[in-house]
Amino acid sequence: MSFYESLARLEQLPYESLWQQFQVEDVKRALCKDRLEESDLLALLSPAAEPCLEEIARRAQRLTRTHFGHVMQLFTPMYLADFCVNHCTYCSFSSIYDFPRKRLTPEEVRQEAVAIASTGLRHLLVLTGESRSESPASYVKECVEILHEYFPSVSIEVNPLSTAEYRELREAGVDGLTLYQEVYHQETYRKLHVKGPKRVFRNRLDAPERGCQAGFRSVNIGALLGMYDWRQEAFMTAMHARYLQDKYPECEIGLSAPRFRPYLGEFNPNSDVTDRALVQIILAYRLFLPRSGITLSTREPAPLRNHLIHLGITKMSAGVSTEVGGHSQDGGTPQFEISDERSVEEITDMLKANGLQPVFKDWDLLRLQA
Amino acid sequence: MLDPFVIGGITLSSRLFIGTGKYSRNTLIPEVVASSGSQVITVALRRVDPESRDNIVSHIPPHMTLLPNTSGARTAGEAVRIARLARAAGLGNWVKIEVINDQKYLLPDNLETIRATEILAAEGFVVLPYMSPDLSAAIRMKEAGAAAIMPLGSPIGSNRGLRTKELLRILISEVDLPVIVDAGIGRPSEAAEAMELGASAVLLNTAIATARDPLLMAEAFREAVSSGRKAYLAGLGPVEETAVASSPLTGFLK
Ligand code: SF4
Repeated sequence: MSFYESLARLEQLPYESLWQQFQVEDVKRALCKDRLEESDLLALLSPAAEPCLEEIARRAQRLTRTHFGHVMQLFTPMYLADFCVNHCTYCSFSSIYDFPRKRLTPEEVRQEAVAIASTGLRHLLVLTGESRSESPASYVKECVEILHEYFPSVSIEVNPLSTAEYRELREAGVDGLTLYQEVYHQETYRKLHVKGPKRVFRNRLDAPERGCQAGFRSVNIGALLGMYDWRQEAFMTAMHARYLQDKYPECEIGLSAPRFRPYLGEFNPNSDVTDRALVQIILAYRLFLPRSGITLSTREPAPLRNHLIHLGITKMSAGVSTEVGGHSQDGGTPQFEISDERSVEEITDMLKANGLQPVFKDWDLLRLQA
Repeated sequence: MLDPFVIGGITLSSRLFIGTGKYSRNTLIPEVVASSGSQVITVALRRVDPESRDNIVSHIPPHMTLLPNTSGARTAGEAVRIARLARAAGLGNWVKIEVINDQKYLLPDNLETIRATEILAAEGFVVLPYMSPDLSAAIRMKEAGAAAIMPLGSPIGSNRGLRTKELLRILISEVDLPVIVDAGIGRPSEAAEAMELGASAVLLNTAIATARDPLLMAEAFREAVSSGRKAYLAGLGPVEETAVASSPLTGFLK
């Protein structure tokens, strides 16, 4: 049994009529419940929830504050390599674009680490393009071993790996896995992923579960919003998270709600995810999964981020570069354009001004001590 | 009123333990300490970063007894390593064992907790295990060398009060160790209720940290805990039917 089987059932739901079917009362009922069911999640994502957004936001905020307090965990991504064998129609690292690719040497990894650590950040998310030959698990492992000298917590966002590879990385000190499905709607998935191993939908869909089995402390999933109907995509994401959480209670399942961003190519998404829609999605995630971390990236512009921190978000990236080596050298090609260019210090100040405590360190890997 | 509370060889006059985890700024910690009158404060080792400019421990007034917790531990082995690290980092030899395998409700794993208690107590730690209120587990924790037990009132951060009241009542009457009610207390009245029941102390974090005015709330809890304790001492606590040792009505049946 994998989430794929649940997905097969969920795909059959008559979404068009479902979205119209829900009434304000269904939303209000969901608001009173402790543990929300599938139908409550649908209600919260339906148009019927739109007039109740403020009420939902109040509950989401209350839930977030009781479970997480007035704190916001900060982290930053670090790009190790931009080689990629895939062609995804929405990404600058796609193999069809011709630009000088690079991969950090151990020395450069160290330089980046020093530059990032000097900002005070202690949580790192390392990323690569998808290339088993240029940035294999063994390379990621070498880098993580260096990075551990500077960061108590390192997570990865790389191509889907086998359970054995995940286990090896966990043993090397990786404690979290981030892997976005990008698109849950299978037909759209096939269209957007034109070439390369990423075309195998199921290999990607099952990878977070392999991560849970390999024993990562946290697994973070998400849909790239804007690629297909956002209500349905958000619904699938949350159901996927619930599936993992129910089956692997020892693993912290987190969610992200990334929106599509400009990149090198021309592709324009066909579904417009407005700020209102994004808020509705985040709130639905919070109510459906009250204990799950929700990550907000610098894809969103600063003024919007300043508001979203009150609505269920528990982790934010700060001081971000989406280029390989972008923290200590120039000249890379960004994977996509970021919107919030503020430094770690500026984000820290903003959080404090909003009554939140920025948390730089919230985890420590214990493998080194006997 | 003289009602000292001794734990791990330390005499405490306050029966309110507080946390450090959820404040909007670390600088609130000393203020909350002052308003609450608390003398014991928990800190998650995973949050401690000695290299950080804003190290959480540096905000804790020196007179406080630190109660490092093993939050993040999924097994007894991890809890043991965290406890040893905390002691090595100079946080003292008290430890609150928290072994949690369930990220949905954050309920403790009593079995792993008993194992960790055994190992750490043997190493000279003052061990305070956080637990689901279960009598046999509590007895095993005592046998394993716990200095007190910390059963939950309701799940962490839920502010639902003493949903486990009947079980707490049993633990208090049956286990010969201080019972510190941890987790779930959302209001001062609930803290008072736990104290009236005969709990030795209560531990709180969310209720103070997320109040609109944390300092005023800390003061409210200080008074509630002290009132509840007085009520218990005054004999208003629960009157156990089984506490009547000999029955005067049937005493003639010899
Ligand atoms: S999204 Fe990932 S797999 Fe697709 S082109 Fe970009 S880097 Fe490669």
